Amino acid sequence: MSGLEDLYREIILDHYRSPRNRGELESPPAIKVEGFNPLCGDEIIIFLSTKDGVIEDIKISGQGCSISQSSASMMSAAIKGKTFAQARELIDYFKQMMSVHESRLDQNTTPDGQSIDAPENQLDLDSIGELAALQGVVKFPVRIKCATLAWNTLTQGLDESKSTER
Amino acid sequence: MDNNNYAHVAVKGNEAPKPTANVGEHIDTDKIKEDFPILSRDQNGERIYYLDSASSSQKPIQVIQAMGNYYASTHANVHRGVYTIAEEATRLYENARIAAGRLIGAAHPEREIVFTKNVTEAINLVAYTWGRANLSRGDVVLLSEIEHHANFVPWLMLAEEKGVELRYIPMDKTYNLDLSNLVQLSAGAKLIAVTAASNVLGSITDISKISDVAKQVGARLLVDGAQFVPHRLTDVKSIDADFYGYTGHKLLGPTGIGILYAKQELLEEMPPFLGGGEMIADVRLDGFSTTDIPWKFEAGTPPIAEAIGLHAAIDYLEQVGLDKIAAHEKSLTVYAIGALTDHFGKDITIFGPEPSDSKDRAGVVSFKFADIHPHDVAQVLNEYNVCVRAGHHCAKPLMRCLHVPATTRASFYLYNDEEDVNALIHALEQVKKMFG
Repeated sequence: MSGLEDLYREIILDHYRSPRNRGELESPPAIKVEGFNPLCGDEIIIFLSTKDGVIEDIKISGQGCSISQSSASMMSAAIKGKTFAQARELIDYFKQMMSVHESRLDQNTTPDGQSIDAPENQLDLDSIGELAALQGVVKFPVRIKCATLAWNTLTQGLDESKSTER
Repeated sequence: MDNNNYAHVAVKGNEAPKPTANVGEHIDTDKIKEDFPILSRDQNGERIYYLDSASSSQKPIQVIQAMGNYYASTHANVHRGVYTIAEEATRLYENARIAAGRLIGAAHPEREIVFTKNVTEAINLVAYTWGRANLSRGDVVLLSEIEHHANFVPWLMLAEEKGVELRYIPMDKTYNLDLSNLVQLSAGAKLIAVTAASNVLGSITDISKISDVAKQVGARLLVDGAQFVPHRLTDVKSIDADFYGYTGHKLLGPTGIGILYAKQELLEEMPPFLGGGEMIADVRLDGFSTTDIPWKFEAGTPPIAEAIGLHAAIDYLEQVGLDKIAAHEKSLTVYAIGALTDHFGKDITIFGPEPSDSKDRAGVVSFKFADIHPHDVAQVLNEYNVCVRAGHHCAKPLMRCLHVPATTRASFYLYNDEEDVNALIHALEQVKKMFG
């Protein structure tokens, strides 16, 4: 059962069983974006309420496997109340984490040998700590898309918010 | 086939073995397994339990060797060279065509069988050539809700391009097609295109009844036999199919080869599909003319080794006996559904017909397990070397009918037995412990 416990860490199962920020926001005014993973039918719907470049509220709906849903839940907890810049920084951090080669997993380095620094820009360190639990997904390449679905959808939402925000 | 020259490379010093389980009334799965090298591969110190044959079957050594032998002793391009190996390769390729037609009872296999890449390409070929030439705005194509995407998307593309109207035969509560309104649904239909067996539900379509209605309303009949031909005796003449598709890799053959059967007179009048070498009679600077059927539909160098592998697979299936394979799968499916239900009760919901004596059912068992997402189920099963498919099975419209995003699916073939089902049950218990 070597890798399986890395994949299904207790914190991941906790977010899957009790997802944070689950629900919907009225749209409009909230931005609504949908993401699909055609491989397994995962579906994520993100509702963003933004003002002056800050994500004031976020709700997540949709359905999917434990990895996609817990990743979305952790993401929502980490970015709520943050600025767009902070959210994008976190997205970059997460996607970098998901591209780490297995053999370098323990060294916190990218395939190029650069070290991954956690974003420092006033982010909630607890949330970042939780996100690290998803690092085990890298050992299961087909599941990486499950983990990144919410984050790609969020990027899309931020892009849309930017163009529609007053 | 007389090409054992390569045998010493393909397997240690043996001649291509005959299928080992051709005696007695029942299939001896232990013997059958010996023909499938992959089934004894080691994964973390144990064998694998392969329950995903509806996705792709495993290959017996006879198929692997036939292809190896061909490449080692006979390879040359077909229909071109006048030298000996080119003639031999051509003969092997055309013999495979005869075998592929014989398997499904084609009247003229030498002219009515077109080799494609897979069933998807076979159906696309019909939509692109016959469909574009014969269907126009307002014409009706009747499909069913339970089709594989391969039998949806080509017609959706044609609907977009030509304004063809698509209608759908619904599924009933027993997971079979509801044929009660078939005559009304078929009114004005120029084509009825349905699957012979569902890749998700295991339900087997009453093609004879659909064929009768098709004749009544003057519609052509296309059958997607991807999940049927590998498991049951097929006779395109008795169901009077106009088009019939199946694929090599689901019936013990290699990937990269699909089979389209079409009645000779239809192939004659259909425009060509892909253009290029092989399919022409003449090419001038200002035009071209096409060659005879079936080569008119086989542009470019065809899948020669794959055709030869397919032939070996068909020989294998026929020597074991499709009637025996069908009986074996039926009894294993009854065992599996009974055991899963007994063991997991309300935690398991099986999407498919109840096994019954009166109506045939394929060895495909799709299920929902205790609200745990199929991807998570399959991931944990893999830890116990149990290989199942999790996902929408390329049947998203059907998933919407079932109100699930995806299912977990175990599917059986001639090499599976109760041990595989028991391994599945044991692994599902672990899934429940982890997520329950």
